[in-house]
Amino acid sequence: MRVLLQQLLLGLLLGGLYGLAAAGLSLIFGVLKVLNVAHGELIMVGGYLAFWLATGLGLDPFLALLAVIPLTAVLGLALYGALFGFVVRFDEETRIKNSLLVGFGLALTLHALAVRAFTADERSIPTAYWGQTVALGGLVVPVGRLASLAVALALIGLTHLFLARGRWGQAIRAVAEDWEAALLQGIDVRRAYLLAFAIGTGLAGAAGALVSVGYSISPAIGLEWTLKALIVVVLAGLGSLVGTFVGGLVLGLAEAASALTFGGPYREVVGLLLFFCVLLGRPQGLFGRA
Amino acid sequence: MKVARRAEFRGPTAAVVTLGALGLVPLLVGREDLLNLGVVFLLTVALAQSWNVIAGLAGQVNLGHAAFFGLGALVTRELWVTGTSIGLAMAAGAAVAAAAGVAVGLAAFRLRGAYFAIGTLALGEILRISVGNVLSEISTLPAATIAGYRLTARYYAALALAVGSVLIVTALGVSRLGLGMQAVREDEAAAAASGVGALGVKLRAVALSTALAGLTGGLFAYYHISYYPQHPFSPVWTFDAVLVTFIGGAGTAHGPVLGAAFYVLFKEYLAVRWVDAHLLIFGTLFVLIVLLLPGGLVEAGQRLSRRLARPGAGAAASAGP
Repeated sequence: MRVLLQQLLLGLLLGGLYGLAAAGLSLIFGVLKVLNVAHGELIMVGGYLAFWLATGLGLDPFLALLAVIPLTAVLGLALYGALFGFVVRFDEETRIKNSLLVGFGLALTLHALAVRAFTADERSIPTAYWGQTVALGGLVVPVGRLASLAVALALIGLTHLFLARGRWGQAIRAVAEDWEAALLQGIDVRRAYLLAFAIGTGLAGAAGALVSVGYSISPAIGLEWTLKALIVVVLAGLGSLVGTFVGGLVLGLAEAASALTFGGPYREVVGLLLFFCVLLGRPQGLFGRA
Repeated sequence: MKVARRAEFRGPTAAVVTLGALGLVPLLVGREDLLNLGVVFLLTVALAQSWNVIAGLAGQVNLGHAAFFGLGALVTRELWVTGTSIGLAMAAGAAVAAAAGVAVGLAAFRLRGAYFAIGTLALGEILRISVGNVLSEISTLPAATIAGYRLTARYYAALALAVGSVLIVTALGVSRLGLGMQAVREDEAAAAASGVGALGVKLRAVALSTALAGLTGGLFAYYHISYYPQHPFSPVWTFDAVLVTFIGGAGTAHGPVLGAAFYVLFKEYLAVRWVDAHLLIFGTLFVLIVLLLPGGLVEAGQRLSRRLARPGAGAAASAGP
């Protein structure tokens, strides 16, 4: 029983990162109708940025996170200007398909660049509190991972608050709903797209930084994290970041439960199967229109 | 009409003739490294063409394609090392891959566009992980087989498969089924309204595509002396096929041949200096092609020859959208 609870707890902690990883993808997909399959590679880039700042400058990884978010957001602006800005000129279906292809090429490029820059080794940020745990009713909670979950939750909350209350947040939601109507209301659609894309990549960067603290990064983690984020987006649907976060927690729990039932090597399979079944249940896609 | 037909076949004919000429290579040079490079190139052609059928012609971006390549390799290898003749083993591999392709298609063709792409990506990963878990031991040929291993046999088998794949795509380009596939690609609803049975066409496309991928996988199993059974299921094979097909020219019969030549030679050249550099270059090239030149190298060649043929009109034509 204790083993079960312990595994579920670890799954929940990891699930928080799945939620944060998916939030950026969900925001970009929901607002721009752009499916960026290089999202996992952006997470990887965020992880390496944090690793650099922590090992090079000696920053605490959670402090480094504060620098990683704006850096990856700027990277997002550049990527939007160079690539995805061209894709959003098409109609919705072509947009999704072309963005998938562009993201695929971008993923390969970023992966190759990362292998070149950082070698293919796995890395994680060594911290003073690495391995430290607190006891919680007989369960062992790693401090770093618990803090990661808290940071992820805080970031989701802040983004949610911005989208709900902020002036530009409301503009982004209006554009997501119907960009033509938003344009007619005098909203600068291009700027809303840019902003949403930058926030989305900033969230990916944050997720990457947290991954490099409690877990490990390598140039090859991109595809895995893209899949995790896609699974969560499909499970949770679009439109609510809080829902996305909960979806991430559910995936973390489901993986832990399946690892206990079918053995560790199969922990990835259950999420992928869930993903495929949910997709089949909504063949018209995630935007709820036929 | 006759002239138009001839122009249509010019590219594929050149591709088949070039591939045919490669048949002379083992007679002229005995260098094993060249023959191995040749096998890699021919396998890449066949794999890219198999993807070209489902994605280039029928417009269904199957990102789980490696699963069928892997299934073909798995079945062929298991049967072949236990005594079945290689021809029969490869046929069985192709049949299993095609059956799996149809089964996947029956479920996944409910999904449109990018949703089909990510759905098949997930299925491919499920299969890759499961095969890796069940068969974690490296697969090596028995000593007797290795003793009798002849590279030229693999080379000619790969050549036949590559030529066959070009011929299949060429024939599809002008056949009723191929035209139906292209109609579905351009606009599925309009195709269905004009009397094309969209699901039937897509199922036949996926059966053909996965059978060809299975055969190519079978050849992979016939060629390699030892490898992990999970390896041919790796998404890298799908990515190779996608890159080669798009860079050469998706939906054409000679584009993937051009793309494969470009890809394999560049990869070989760069691998000496810097491993994986080809992915940096081809990833970037791929993005540029998707955004600026959706017809790939084939379209670039057509534009160039048009411009050369009519120097005055070329500039005006390129000013259009």
